[in-house]
Parts: sequence; structure tokens; C-alpha cells
Amino acid sequence: MTVMVHVPRDSASRSMGADDVARALTRTARQRGVDIAVVRNGSRGMLWLEPMIEVAVEGRRIAYGPVAEADVEGLFDAGFLAGGEHALRLGVTEELAWMKRQTRLTFARVGVTDPLSTEDYTAHGGLVGLQKAVAMDSAAIVEQVTQSGLRGRGGAGFPAGIKWNTVLQAAGTRKYVACNADEGDSGTFSDRMVMEGDPYLMLEGMAIAGLAVGATEGWIYLRSEYPDAREVLTEAIDRARQQGWIGEDVLGSGRKFEVVLRLGAGSYVCGEETAMLESLEGKRGIVRQKPPLPALEGLWGMPTVVNNVMTFAAVPWILEHGGAAYAAHGIGRSKGTLPVQIAGNIKHGGLVEVPFGITLRELIEDFGGGTASGRPVRAIQVGGPLGAYLPPAAFDTALCYEALTGAGGLLGHGGIVVFDDTVDMAQMARYAMEFCAIESCGKCTPCRIGSIRGVEVIDRIVAGHQREQNTTLLRDLCDTMRDASLCAMGGLTPLPVQSALDHFPEDFARNGA
Amino acid sequence: MSPSASSDAGATAATPAQLAVVDESIARLRDLEGALLPILHDVQEQLGFVPPEAVDRLAAGLNISRADVHGVITYYHDFRSRPPGRHVMKLCRAEACQAVGCGALEARLKDRHGVGMNETTADGGLTLEPVYCLGNCALSPSLLLDGKLVGRVDAERLDAIVKDCGGGA
Repeated sequence: MTVMVHVPRDSASRSMGADDVARALTRTARQRGVDIAVVRNGSRGMLWLEPMIEVAVEGRRIAYGPVAEADVEGLFDAGFLAGGEHALRLGVTEELAWMKRQTRLTFARVGVTDPLSTEDYTAHGGLVGLQKAVAMDSAAIVEQVTQSGLRGRGGAGFPAGIKWNTVLQAAGTRKYVACNADEGDSGTFSDRMVMEGDPYLMLEGMAIAGLAVGATEGWIYLRSEYPDAREVLTEAIDRARQQGWIGEDVLGSGRKFEVVLRLGAGSYVCGEETAMLESLEGKRGIVRQKPPLPALEGLWGMPTVVNNVMTFAAVPWILEHGGAAYAAHGIGRSKGTLPVQIAGNIKHGGLVEVPFGITLRELIEDFGGGTASGRPVRAIQVGGPLGAYLPPAAFDTALCYEALTGAGGLLGHGGIVVFDDTVDMAQMARYAMEFCAIESCGKCTPCRIGSIRGVEVIDRIVAGHQREQNTTLLRDLCDTMRDASLCAMGGLTPLPVQSALDHFPEDFARNGA
Repeated sequence: MSPSASSDAGATAATPAQLAVVDESIARLRDLEGALLPILHDVQEQLGFVPPEAVDRLAAGLNISRADVHGVITYYHDFRSRPPGRHVMKLCRAEACQAVGCGALEARLKDRHGVGMNETTADGGLTLEPVYCLGNCALSPSLLLDGKLVGRVDAERLDAIVKDCGGGA
């Protein structure tokens, strides 16, 4: 009997040698005359255990990891194909503490299935949402999304249902869906994991959005830094079209939804929705003045739903189970679940999908196990390069849009980057300004010039040159950038800078005053 | 390895064969909506860079101004106007990688291997470029070598990669 062995094709797992492990498994099995089938799945999100391989034994999956090529002979010797004991044996995957504590709605299939297998997709509950959607009228689809309370997962947190309704009501000869897959925030990789691990989920969500607002084309803006995701998505779009899930006649409904994949070119600000639209149109990624909102004048000047990968990926579940079922998760105005990414200097880094409301401490300590270096956590940055640096005193903050804003930060795309006590927070503040200077689109002055002045002023503060006056100047500059920038690039860069100043002033005062 | 690195290695005029690639790419992709970025990616994937001579051809082929073409090429970090070395390393400089010492790796490349950001080693083996997040933030520090992601890079691994990329052609 053929034994199924799962070896992730997720690029995080490949970055730790998964391809070598997969080849060694196939080679060793052949040498030993054992019949195995190596399936390349997505990652379960326990990234410190990658490459984590799984063997199907009596209907359950037994995990081993992290597996190196050199471990493969030993695994066969230990009888891992029957779930045998081995130093790397972790147990039944679904029963691992990391997995059991999650509520995987969006990530239910990621790591379980072969990402490109259309049979796997439908056998594991895929496509039910789209099947329901083709039988509904547009307003009813929008109503379910509105009821779900789903908010944009890219960072801005705007209610998806309201945005979709605006596009539905808008007049236009053509309408578009645009999927923002420009996941540029450091410390985030949930979009990548879905695109590599369950790409049809995102396509299904986009197609549902198309039906909901009357859009006939969906454009994906994928960052060029994700070559593996590009490969999987390209193939997935082809196969989905062959299956009739997208294309001229979505599930036989007579309605059209074509998908176009376009690549970014290394610009962070193109993750801002209007810069992304410019870039999709083949131009420089310069931010547009708003209004008009993209919902009314978006791609090619037409009404456009712009949402992040995670937002679209949440939609099939909502259509399948109903908006109210999704809204039953979470707290306050943060409904549903959030795929959280725990990264940086962390012992157990990876992805966990949990309902809103879990505390930062639970994520960093219970899931993450503290720092990789074993030193105390000194700071975390939540929400990417435009997110605030928070000290351990703030770790009891609940993970939701409102509580993080209350703590002076933002949720962003749900990434948490952990730093130990060797971090120099003045240098991190300087880097925030430097990054803004590198990535500013240049349209507005506070961002373009302010970021360069910001680097200079921080250098003077750190050097001990008129520290008090320059600190006042830096705060004033931050206020100007926050209030007068055109988009979040310049408008939120002050957040990491000011939070570093507020919580870690001693790092700015190390040299004589 | 020689500490002298050059940032303008190989600044030569495009060959007729290279310009033929540009022309073919324009002819094949010009009818796409928003064709400029797809063509630039296509050219760079084939040649490793976008020859400056391509600007006129792109402008004529897409019926846009030379300024627009130049603006797009220079706006995006991805596009190079010079051929890179035989291998391209994109080293992540973003926060999650900083939290586990990517700065020391960048310094090591400069001090020990003589290659700074946007420079090529003297033997033409390796071009180093900065990148801001590769989405491998739980397994930092990360780099992309010729499109292949490498995680948990340490000094030893970095030296081995540079060694593999170096030497004669």
C-alpha cells in the first residue's frame, strides 16, 4: 500500500531544505523498495519545525520535524511510515498544542491539502461559498459580508461590506476587483502562506466579490519578492479556469470573472491601494489623492473593490456558514478571526489563526515561547514598519483593532516582530525614518522630505547634540508628517518613531548630552 | 577575495541580440492593458537588466513618452540598468531580520567579501541588493539567492554562499 508523506512546498519550509528532504525521501524509499507518495502541501504554520513532514497513519497525520536531509535514513530505520518513535516525532499534528488552541477558518486547509489539487480543494470543503454565491443576488452576498463584520485585513480595517456595497451601487460600464497581494510589512507572511498553500481560496473569495458587485475582472497585484507564490498562483489560475471556477462562465452561472496576475517591482508604497492601482496600470506607484475613492474611481477609473488577500480569503467561509456565524467570533467591533504572524527574535515563530481578543502576551509567550536568543523580550513591533513599538508593560493589550489603537499602536496586517534586550530602539526609530525615505513615492512633501530630515535629527539626538531641542524638533516633525502626509506611508511613520521615544527614551540618551 | 568591488561593472552598450529581446518582448506583450511593467519584468528576466537603449523602443512601442518609461524604470527598485553579476543575492534589511542580526551579515559582506549594497564582487560573481521583507520572518535572517529563498542565514552559511558564487565563470 502506498504511504502518503507530506513535505511542505511553502517557501519558508523550502528555505530550510524541504526540497532536499523530499528528494531524499523519494530516493531512500526507492532504495528500500518501499512504496510512498510524497505530497507537497502548504505549511501548518509551525515554522520553527520546518521542514515538518507528516505521515498518514490510520487516517491521522503524524508529524516529524524539523527534518534535515541527513535525518531521512534514520526516520526510515525508526519506521516513521507507521508512525514509529524517533527523536523528531512530534505526535499527531491536529493534537499538538499549537494547533489545538487555534480557530482555523481561513487556514483550515493550509498544510492539509495539496495546494494545486482541485480534487483536494473540493474534497476539503472548497467551493461551497462560491456555489452558494452564484445562487444569490448581488445584494444578498454583500449583506452576508456586511453581517459578518469582516474588516479589511490589509491594515486599514475598513468594513468590507460597506466598501462592497459602495461598488455595487456605483454606476460603471465595467467594474473591477483588485486583490492586494503586496504583503510588504516586515513580520507578515499570512498572504504568502495562503497563496502558496491554498491559492483557490483566494481566487474563490475574489470571484464571490466579483459576483457581489458585478465585476467581470479580478486583478491580483503580487509582490515580486514572492517567486514561489507567483509560480503557484499562475498554475492555480490556469487550473481554476479549466475547472470553470473562474473565467467566461463562473460555475455555469453565465457570469464572467476573469483573473489577471500582475507583479509589483519592489516598491513598498505600492501596498497603499491607490499606488497599487497606478502600478497595475503600468505607471510609477505614486499615491492618488482621495477622494475619489477607489470604490468609485479605481482601476482604469472604474468602480473597484480593493481588498487584501486575507480579506478575500475570509469570504468563502462567510458565504458557506453565513455572516452571523463569522461575527460570533471575536470581540467588540473586531469580528471573526485573525491570522497572526509571530516573527523576529522568537523561539516558536509562525502563524496562528485566533479569534480577535487574545492578548499579545499569550501570542508571544504561550505560542511563541519567548525569544530565540533566550534573552528577555524588550520590545515588539505590531503591524509592520508603520506600527508602534510596544514594551512588555503593554503585552496584556487584547489583539483587536480598537485596543491596539488605544495602546497607541495599530493592528496592521497582524504581524508581531519580537526584539530582545540587545535592541537599540534609537536605531529602530532611525530605521523607520530611513525606510520611509527609501520607499516614499515622493508626491507629498512631509513624507518625501520629512523622512530625510527625521534621519538627520535622530542622528543628532543620538550624538548628544542639543538633545532636548532636537527631540522637540523630532516630535514636531512627527506631528507634521502625521497630519499632512497624503497616505499612511508618511502619516504613520511617526508611530514607530514616537513610540520608541515614549517607551525607550534611554536609548536616545546613551551618549553624553 | 579582492576587497575592491565595483558598482558599475559591465556598463556597456546593449548588444544587437539584447535589443532583439527587447523588441520581441514589446511585440509580444504590447497589447496587454498596462503593458509597461510586464514588459520590463519580461526583459529583465531574460537579460538580467533593462538596457538604457530600451527606453526609446518602449516609448515608441507603447506610444508613451520617454520620460514616462524612464520614470517607471527608475521608480521601482527591481529594475537594473546594468547587467548584474552571475548571481544576485537579495539580503533582507527589514525589522524581523534586524531582530536577529541581518545588520551583521550586511557588514560581513562588506568587510570580509568586499561587496556592499548594490555592488558586485570584483570577480563579477555576486551582486548584492537590499530587499525589504521576503515573508520568511519567523526564520530570519533571510535572503533570496537567484530567486531561491534561504532562511536562518548565519555567518558560516553566508560565507559558503559567497564562496559558491565566486571564482571564475
